[in-house]
Amino acid sequence: MTVEQVRADVQAYLKANWDPNLGLVEWRLKLMDSGWSMPHWPEKWYGRGLPLGMTSVVDEEFAAVGAVGVAKMGIRVLAAATILEHGTDTHKEKFLRGILTGEETWCQLFSEPGSGSDLAGAATRADLKDGKWVINGQKVWTTSAHHAHFGLLLARTDWDAVKHKGLSYFILDMHQPGVDVHQLKQMNGHASFNQVFLTDAVIEPEYQVAELGEGWKVATTTLMNERRGADSARKYDSASDQPERIYEEERAEIATVMAPYTWYPQRMGRVDMLVERAKALGKYDDPATRQEIAKVLTLAKSAEWTARRARAASAAGKPQGPEGSIGKLAASIVARAANLAHTTIAGPDAMLTGDDDGTGGVVAEILVSTPAISIAGGTDEIQRNIISERILKMPKEMRTDTDRPFRDVPRNQV
Amino acid sequence: MQFSFSEEQEEFRSMLRRFLEAKSPPSAVRAQMVTDQGYDPDVWASLAGELGVTALHIPEEYGGAGFGVSELAIAAEEMGRALLCAPFFASTVMAATAIINAGSDNQKRTLLPDLASGDVIATLAAAEPGGGWAPDQIKMTAARSGDGYTLTGAKSYVLDGMNAGRIVVAANAPGGGIAFFTTSADGQGVSRTALKSMDPTRKLARIDFDAAPVELLGDAAAGAEAYAKTMDVMLTCLANEMNGGAERLREDSLDYVSMRMQFGRSIASFQTTKHKAADMLLDVELSKAAGYSAASALDDDDPDARAVASLAKAAASEAYFQTAVHAVQMHGGIGFTFDNDTHLWFKRAKQSEAFLGDANLHRERMMQHWGTEA
Repeated sequence: MTVEQVRADVQAYLKANWDPNLGLVEWRLKLMDSGWSMPHWPEKWYGRGLPLGMTSVVDEEFAAVGAVGVAKMGIRVLAAATILEHGTDTHKEKFLRGILTGEETWCQLFSEPGSGSDLAGAATRADLKDGKWVINGQKVWTTSAHHAHFGLLLARTDWDAVKHKGLSYFILDMHQPGVDVHQLKQMNGHASFNQVFLTDAVIEPEYQVAELGEGWKVATTTLMNERRGADSARKYDSASDQPERIYEEERAEIATVMAPYTWYPQRMGRVDMLVERAKALGKYDDPATRQEIAKVLTLAKSAEWTARRARAASAAGKPQGPEGSIGKLAASIVARAANLAHTTIAGPDAMLTGDDDGTGGVVAEILVSTPAISIAGGTDEIQRNIISERILKMPKEMRTDTDRPFRDVPRNQV
Repeated sequence: MQFSFSEEQEEFRSMLRRFLEAKSPPSAVRAQMVTDQGYDPDVWASLAGELGVTALHIPEEYGGAGFGVSELAIAAEEMGRALLCAPFFASTVMAATAIINAGSDNQKRTLLPDLASGDVIATLAAAEPGGGWAPDQIKMTAARSGDGYTLTGAKSYVLDGMNAGRIVVAANAPGGGIAFFTTSADGQGVSRTALKSMDPTRKLARIDFDAAPVELLGDAAAGAEAYAKTMDVMLTCLANEMNGGAERLREDSLDYVSMRMQFGRSIASFQTTKHKAADMLLDVELSKAAGYSAASALDDDDPDARAVASLAKAAASEAYFQTAVHAVQMHGGIGFTFDNDTHLWFKRAKQSEAFLGDANLHRERMMQHWGTEA
């Protein structure tokens, strides 16, 4: 199929079917039947088997008429990708529909208090009792767990195997007595994450994903999709302001999914606000302040251009150079520098927060949120290990935790 | 300058540390920071009564203990370490120092004993909304009214402004030049509004003056020097307070990484952690040396004391916040949570960076006074 054919087909489909006065789920079910919901997915599962590269053409045509797509935000995207790659037909049958219609939300139960950077050190247990998996342990940093229907769970099924081989992957029904969700408040006052306490939670054997002991491999699929999503998440954060019913329902859905992320721009340091704030506070002509702003802009612009070089290389099919791996660390350095520049610009107003800081609390939120970017999604230390060991090919850190049964690996008792 | 503490000073420090460990653990800090008042009157009474910290640098003839800035700075350092919620900085370090430096003998006799005993809490209002603490940023000018003066305008970022019974105000005298004025907080034409403080352990207020009758402290002609001297003491104590907080964060972080296991080993065994811990020690120790030297220089009337006070504040501004950033990072995700205590000090570090002027301002003030007679 050529690009022109795809474009013509999707145009014809939308002309005949798109109606903003439909209900959101009603429209999405129609779309899923047509295969235009996830055109790069197999025809059997709501797709058309098109190459991934052609999906942008479909997106363009949807955007041209303002047509709403299937639910593509939040952890459900990771669930869909993981189930599609590793799930059984039963999993696909049971879960993909609710994911795409948006009726069911998901969360990711990977991190634990004792395994953060060391994700494969998960110690939540899954034990087979009377033909069912019984889950005990504690998960943390779980976005959306408080409203999720299902969780992607990484749990240990074999304590005699080495670390990465003793993990298995499950789909957990979050609405059961053994699952206890507590919101986790952050230092910036938001509560974007949860702790999930699992006490004899039960999973039917058919909701194991892939073979026993292959949990780490499956988790890697989820994580790769998470990393990919981090780059594209931004384009979904605004909804159409059109009045029709379907847009209204979509706005509500987006609001729910995006609620935990309202402070995310602030944790990046809001470099975009520096010049405007300096002008507003009469600091734009102060030489020391100008130097600080210029330093941040130099870093931020260079980081942005580095990301563009990486994207250009990938679009041209060239092998990826180091530019693809330094973005996260660069973002961390930019955010710290921006925090200091905002403090300089704010002067004594940096002592205030909320309505009193002159920006409705945005600057105050920057000042107490930037540390997150150096930790979440891979700490600066982990990023430096990746750069030095994978890009620079420097010798790996000596490991003492991967060559022995997991039960013998020293770890914190939580 | 003195480069070590006397036995008496060390003893005073350990006594105060013991007291604060008992009375100002993080649980007490959290309990106070959510209240409007922001401090425990019983703890304040003990600090003033049993420990006498409110009297430290007030001369004996005015009801004080007659110690120097070094002792005051030790108290500030220990309070910063414990993140004590109390009006010590506002009342003792700021207001009492202003009165000591500017007041007439008679005014000191009238005003200082109540501050020395802790019975009256006072504060100093200097910076104005959107302004700062540099003398040229103070625009409010007193007007003559009969034999006295009145003030009109707004002051902001006033520490413990809602708790204070007495307010000392830095404003220009009618003929120009900064001078200190004072009024009772419930005086005519004075209205106060609580501000939302980024650091909830430190309460701030805005104070509006509407033709409020005030008393000039001492001689207006000596006001500018009194303001500068008061600023030197405030900067020195703030720097030491900040260093106390930074050291606490450094120690807590070291304890945490020593306990935390990842990849089957203590994360303290990773070289990246060790190097960060070493950098933190370097930052904090250098800043402490500057803070102690500033206090000693002030006690010795060292000609460079003014420059050293600003140097100490500039150094502490960078060291404390850098240490706080490292401390969150050393704790990892848990360090970003509200339940972990690191953010309590992080917010104090961030607020202190701006309080009394940032590092840029004080590097400039240091350069203006370095090598000249203070």
